[in-house]
Amino acid sequence: MSRSADEIGRTERGPRPLPPLGEQRAATGLSSVDKVLDNGLRVIAVHQPTVPMIELRLRVPFAGDDPMHAARAEVLAATILTGTDKRDRIAFDTDLALVGGELSAVVDPELLSIGGNALASGFDTLLDVLADALTGATYPDDEVEGERGRLIERITVARSQPSVIARQALQKHRYGDHPFTREMPEASDVAVVEAADVRALHTACVLPRGSVLVLVGDVEPARAIAAVAGALGGWQSDKSASVLPPLPEITPQDLLLVDRPGAVQSQFRLSAQAISRTDPRYPALQLANLAFGGFFSSRLVENIREDKGYTYSARSSLEFTPDGATLLVDTDTASAVTAGALLEIRYELGRMAMVPPTESEVDTVRQYAIGSLLTSTSSQGGLASQIAALAILGLGVDWLTQHPDRLKAVTVEQVAEAALEFFAPTRFTGVIVGDAAKLTALRALGGVTLQ
Amino acid sequence: MTVSELHRYTLSNGLRVVLAPDSTSPVVGVSVHYDVGFRSEPEGRTGFAHLFEHLMFQGSESLEKLAHFRHIQSSGGTFNGSTHPDYTDYFEVLPSAALERALFLEADRMRAPKLTEENLRNQIDVVKEEIRLNVLNRPYGGFPWILLPPVLFQTFPNAHNGYGGFEDLEQATVADCAAFFDTYYAPSNAVLTVAGDFTVEGAQELIEKHFGDVPARPRPERPSFAEPPPAGEIRSDHEDRLAPLPAVALGYRIPDPIDELDAYINYLVLAGVLADGDGSRLQQRLVYGDQLVTDVGAGCGLFGPFEARDPDTFTITAMYSPEVDVDTILTAIDEEIDKLASTPPDAEELAKVTARWAATLHKEHDRLVSRTLALGAFELLYGDPALVYSLPERISAITPDAVSAAAKSLRSDSRAVLTISPAPGAAE
Repeated sequence: MSRSADEIGRTERGPRPLPPLGEQRAATGLSSVDKVLDNGLRVIAVHQPTVPMIELRLRVPFAGDDPMHAARAEVLAATILTGTDKRDRIAFDTDLALVGGELSAVVDPELLSIGGNALASGFDTLLDVLADALTGATYPDDEVEGERGRLIERITVARSQPSVIARQALQKHRYGDHPFTREMPEASDVAVVEAADVRALHTACVLPRGSVLVLVGDVEPARAIAAVAGALGGWQSDKSASVLPPLPEITPQDLLLVDRPGAVQSQFRLSAQAISRTDPRYPALQLANLAFGGFFSSRLVENIREDKGYTYSARSSLEFTPDGATLLVDTDTASAVTAGALLEIRYELGRMAMVPPTESEVDTVRQYAIGSLLTSTSSQGGLASQIAALAILGLGVDWLTQHPDRLKAVTVEQVAEAALEFFAPTRFTGVIVGDAAKLTALRALGGVTLQ
Repeated sequence: MTVSELHRYTLSNGLRVVLAPDSTSPVVGVSVHYDVGFRSEPEGRTGFAHLFEHLMFQGSESLEKLAHFRHIQSSGGTFNGSTHPDYTDYFEVLPSAALERALFLEADRMRAPKLTEENLRNQIDVVKEEIRLNVLNRPYGGFPWILLPPVLFQTFPNAHNGYGGFEDLEQATVADCAAFFDTYYAPSNAVLTVAGDFTVEGAQELIEKHFGDVPARPRPERPSFAEPPPAGEIRSDHEDRLAPLPAVALGYRIPDPIDELDAYINYLVLAGVLADGDGSRLQQRLVYGDQLVTDVGAGCGLFGPFEARDPDTFTITAMYSPEVDVDTILTAIDEEIDKLASTPPDAEELAKVTARWAATLHKEHDRLVSRTLALGAFELLYGDPALVYSLPERISAITPDAVSAAAKSLRSDSRAVLTISPAPGAAE
């Protein structure tokens, strides 16, 4: 049996019609409690007993403008779970492991995030371990010293990743030396962080007031809240956690070409000012963004990947900060097609403004936005992360459950307005990181400055 | 855990079907696993199984190019596919109203994919960009999944690069695609899995409607990829001009994951005892005690456990400072393995591993996409999707002596040692 590709691609019966969609059953409502405790900590507990697990997300606003803040914060995150009067590093791991649990801490210019999960039967242990770290972390000298050394090596490795190089270049190009750009500290700063600095930072900044704890899983919300109030009662301060100050508006300007000699691929990272989730124009912008590059069946992906073969992945997305949001357009392309990709990206941005998404495009992205929200929140971990991201912006579970209706109400005209207002190519700035010697064709297109 | 009641049956064309109804959320997962992965691709065509996976998204008799993606996404769904050593999977997760659409789309490309020159050339370009992104333009690209197999294995199927060389990819032809499809993408060589919110009767009816008339073709003979374990310690060094720090990967052969499942699980538990969590043996010794390495990990399978047939690999990987001699690290690892070989781990060490695995499997079950894929892969590899639900019990039944015996078999005179060396002065 050896058929040709032509023979394989057709049957006697011929093409068949696409079946219609069936009747969609609505998701069952979420049972949740959203409460601010006496110490100022907001706790959101959601009952989702799909598996006997509990997911935990703590978000502590953790901004700082001291030039050493990022380095100290990074060492704090690396050592907050390594020592208290009750537990050393091994005891932390053992207590969590015995209830199938894990906890980890990461920090960025905006937040200290402690997240993890455990078997629901180990919920009290998980909270006890968390409370111990929040109220009793001692930052032992040897742990701080050890983590400092490992952090320096990890930072060196991270800074060799093209995606990190590109992100840093974008942050600097759009925000100068604003604290928001210090996503990864300098190794030389980390090297001089002392345990006493980290302890002082903990006292000053690891604070309940203004922070949010999200719990999702197989625990009744009322019991979850009571357990948190009991376990974290000793976490107290009159001061509030430190919120990132508003960012400056993004100034449209030339793309900056950052030379990376020997690179075989170029990273595009473009950005423009956007609006927060609470802005009435937000649902229309969300749909416009999907149509541009927010999912696979978008204009950008269909053009530069499926038509031109310039890239494996291209996407546009919204990045939220406490007071606003920005649009990001990311892709990576071989050096030889970098100029061609820039031409197409600019073309698609211009087309968004001039030839806005059609009714059929808007229907597609609307269904996608509603459906993918349903699937991404159907797991405990997915729901916990979504709620935590909203909660830190002051929103709650209601915002999530009402969002499908907001998306349904958006008109094609509103999407067109958002497309023109936010995607016009003249609103963008950004960087291209690549081997400048191989990218001379960019000069012919203009609007790109070599660093 | 809400264990779905499983329904298994086979259509007249040989397509195996697994149904796992669960009405917790109004969403469904659909997957098709084909019993061919990159171990089956011919010499001179490295990367072909993965390239072909890309082509399966490029249209079929009823679907123009791009239509597959648009129909899934406009139904509110998400999709992907992935190529593994022994199988290739395709999947979508959607609101349950779109179940019939997903079945229609999978059936259409199983029946009559459009394999065209234009789409082939376009996807060769896309795959080359994928390889530049994930391998060529980044430090530690392909470490260890591409770089370790040629050190541990001798034969082409086990040793070669599953992403493929550019020269091989560029030579792929439409005729190659047609032959590959006819040989390996027969319904009798595939498993269809549906999990989530649906009724068994309704799904059975829709499956018969859409897949029932996919013509039967013979199921290809599955070759053995068996080869002897290495006769010594085989070392190899790879210079990585982008890497700032050296790294090492050890590869060992382990029991047949299919025919000797419990023996294989011993190694899964051993990996946990060695490297899962700050209290594990190698973390304590290498990271916090001797402070020789920045990170260390251990595990079964180059992409995780339970996703390949024999021969499978046990790996230990670490990243370390340039001042440290790799032999110092190897000696420390061997000493820790010897300790476990001579003195079995204590009960608490195993309890930690068992509880963490139970939690991991719960989390996997809670994500519909991973649940659907696990059921399909276990049907394909083991002929028993319910095995997924028995794993926590099997893992907790492993004894300290069995872990000790597994440690004893990790011999330094039969393993691969791959080192990554930063090129002098290359990194910033």
